[in-house]
Amino acid sequence: MSHDSHDMDMPDTVTATEASPSGSLDGDYDDAAGYYTPGTPLVDGKAPQGPIADRWQNRKFEARLVNPANRRKLSIIIVGTGLAGASAAATLGEAGYNVKTFCYQDSPRRAHSIAAQGGINAAKNYKEDGDSVHRLFYDTVKGGDYRSRESNVYRLAEVSTNIIDQCVAQGVPFAREYGGLLDNRSFGGVQVSRTFYARGQTGQQLLIGAYQALERQIAAGTVSMFTRHEMLELIVADGKARGIIARDMVTGEVQTHLADVVVLASGGYGNVFYLSTNAMGSNVTAAWRAHRKGAYMANPCYTQIHPTCIPVSGSHQSKLTLMSESLRNDGRIWVPKNQADCDKDPRDIAEEDRDYYLERIYPSFGNLVPRDIASRAAKNVCDEGRGVGPEVEGVRRGVYLDFADAIDRLGRDAVANKYGNLFDMYARITGEDPYSVPMRIYPAVHYVMGGLWVDYDLQSTIPGLFATGEANFSDHGANRLGASALMQGLADGYFVLPHTIRDYLADGPFEAIGEDHPAVVEARTSVTERIEHFLTVNGTRSVDSYHRELGNIMWEYCGMERTETGLKKAIDLIRGLRDDFYRNVKVLGTSESLNQSLEKAGRVADFFELGELMCIDALNRRESCGGHFRGESQTEDGEALRHDDEFAYVSAWEWAGLDERPVLHKEDLVYTAIEMKQRSYK
Amino acid sequence: MNLTLKIWRQPDAVSAGAMHTYQLADVSPDMSFLEMLDVLNEQLNDQGEDPIAFDSDCREGICGMCGLMINGDAHGPEVTTTCQLHMRSFSDGETITIEPWRSDAFPVVKDLVVDRGAFDRIIQAGGYVSVNTGSAPEAHSVPVPKDDADRAFNVATCIGCGACVAACPNGSASLFMGAKVTHLGLLPQGQPERDERVVNMVAQHDHEGFGGCTNIGACTAACPKEIPLDVISQLNKDLRTAIKHGH
Repeated sequence: MSHDSHDMDMPDTVTATEASPSGSLDGDYDDAAGYYTPGTPLVDGKAPQGPIADRWQNRKFEARLVNPANRRKLSIIIVGTGLAGASAAATLGEAGYNVKTFCYQDSPRRAHSIAAQGGINAAKNYKEDGDSVHRLFYDTVKGGDYRSRESNVYRLAEVSTNIIDQCVAQGVPFAREYGGLLDNRSFGGVQVSRTFYARGQTGQQLLIGAYQALERQIAAGTVSMFTRHEMLELIVADGKARGIIARDMVTGEVQTHLADVVVLASGGYGNVFYLSTNAMGSNVTAAWRAHRKGAYMANPCYTQIHPTCIPVSGSHQSKLTLMSESLRNDGRIWVPKNQADCDKDPRDIAEEDRDYYLERIYPSFGNLVPRDIASRAAKNVCDEGRGVGPEVEGVRRGVYLDFADAIDRLGRDAVANKYGNLFDMYARITGEDPYSVPMRIYPAVHYVMGGLWVDYDLQSTIPGLFATGEANFSDHGANRLGASALMQGLADGYFVLPHTIRDYLADGPFEAIGEDHPAVVEARTSVTERIEHFLTVNGTRSVDSYHRELGNIMWEYCGMERTETGLKKAIDLIRGLRDDFYRNVKVLGTSESLNQSLEKAGRVADFFELGELMCIDALNRRESCGGHFRGESQTEDGEALRHDDEFAYVSAWEWAGLDERPVLHKEDLVYTAIEMKQRSYK
Repeated sequence: MNLTLKIWRQPDAVSAGAMHTYQLADVSPDMSFLEMLDVLNEQLNDQGEDPIAFDSDCREGICGMCGLMINGDAHGPEVTTTCQLHMRSFSDGETITIEPWRSDAFPVVKDLVVDRGAFDRIIQAGGYVSVNTGSAPEAHSVPVPKDDADRAFNVATCIGCGACVAACPNGSASLFMGAKVTHLGLLPQGQPERDERVVNMVAQHDHEGFGGCTNIGACTAACPKEIPLDVISQLNKDLRTAIKHGH
């Protein structure tokens, strides 16, 4: 390592480096030298041993039980009511624990899981096409570019089948065949049909199922729901997560909520890019506040850029809209072969003048290659000057997604039946009719694979703090396959966390702490001081304007392609912008009422710190893997090049203080049930 | 285009509100309605005036969080959510009136933001199937006729935005309730609790202060998900059946 030894906080750094699988890292290749401090290796203490198919059964058996009579004495805080949060709250409420649940929206049913369109994977093998738990496991690890933890992924595949049973029993109206049985479709990155769906609104239907189960527990009195409440700080007392500080967004009241355990199901942080397919309110604050209190953040640079979104129409754009990846089943992606054709009506461009570039480059997977490959290919053809649609800042950033063949083959009605709501949505936003004119699509930030580091039990590095769903890092490696986010959210909430959390709670109830506990006082004070600061800066720029500028930096330098030079530039720009934000932001109004600018100010403040860490993480990982593409690490024909000898680890970052170098702890990824290969979708 | 906006401002739930008039220039037809309000809020922030509070989250028409009365219509002139309404539906020089949802059961929180907690409480009263996690049978053990499943899906697409209530002269939530009762009533999984579900949901609906249905149909006309009016017939039918069964 090129660090001077006096830069290192951790005494056993040298050991850590030597313990990495490739021996020692060559100092010449540590692009992030000077930006971080190497730390001790991290080991998942809950990682089960033995044959992979037995590990989850063994862990469930070994996890201690809590007697039903004792459960009501134990309290659980859950932040977030998406699939991962609502399912966990309902299940833990049913089990008899005392649950408090929080969401920033006006109802738990609004959580952004609701916007997932395409479907949910499960290894039911109803199509008898060779699917199995092992194949879903294999596809997910491969799709994640061998950067996920195999035990976790196997468990995910294993419980996937239970999810479908549970949702059907709740009345989730999945698509069915004429015989009355469930229908399946295939999805990007796989060659079997294992995706269950409810037209293009699968996330909505699954979330409504979980929401109804949650509301049932609220009525039963096992769950207390706090809507329009935002978690602003984690309380860590005597080494354990013991509660949160939340702000009632209507009255402005800063509240203390204490419990035996805290679960963050607060979603992903894609809005660090300002424009993303996330909801306007999606944010990193709950996770980031926990990070600052000691929870490690894992692989923050792993971002999924979704290939099929509606292109940006102008500077007023507030968010991007995804068109389900399932469209790639029947739509064909192309751009003109010749730049001169790019401004023509696509219907007037002859077949031989069209470049169906995915089908050309990847003949066996064609339009169904994984998301990262499809996204980068779209960027490449647009960078070559063959993009279509309006020019934004001098470049046409769009490619065609054409349904003409599908309409010929299947008929307009069949296409409408499958994708009707998506076509309607597209028409509404663009004013164009996709039944007659090819859609225009372009990649957009959609999902983050990175998140809070958790062990096999989904517990973070802070005892008593668990993270589920998109908020954790555990299952998708460097790239998530389509229809796997819903699977993971519900797996964590319905079938994993309720088992693993009981092992922790078996030691509870923990010693009661009061509002006067120093940890509570400290957390409250930091929240109120931060609010006070934003309201008194009285600068000249709106919160949104800073957020937009941060997003531009992230998209430009930490987006689809990252380089050492670009990332270092981004870090400087972010630091400068963050300083300016604290000195010059303008937040009007008071803290004693609904104040949406104030809410946003806190979120954007945390996005600055996260964005910097993402760049440092991307800088450290001098390889291309999954959604992380380093310009310096590619094959001669421009494909992503992994370096398993040096980078087969999870990067778990420890907060060291503002303007201090974060500490990197590496968790080695060891595969026993699967062989690491370079991905090939050709 | 240039617009005149008349917008309801109300500092909090207890204070009186009033319409305020704003001028907004250079509005692009490609903006969504809410992006137009974002631009207005940037302008207000620059001028030192409190930005206008309004709800939105997914901005892709599915979460149900947004909802404004635009020129007297819930979600405005198109059959869609407010976030999916685009400024190409308006013309240069137009005056647009923007108000919060109108209903006593949805009290104003601030400006254009209302409290729709009553909808959650109606679901709590019975809008679910009582099945604990882990106790479900194999998904294929109960086939569901495709027609039933498709219709259940169609009515289950309700996003809980409240436009039906805001549009109804009686402030009734019958379309919202009917959608849920019909969704679960079409499926075999919903049968065991069918009677008590409808009875308890209707009781909660009335308790919340929503009005009765007089078959006007303004709800279904305003519904961004085009939930059909006949879910209310189904609601009434299920209620009569439940009463006949002695509930």
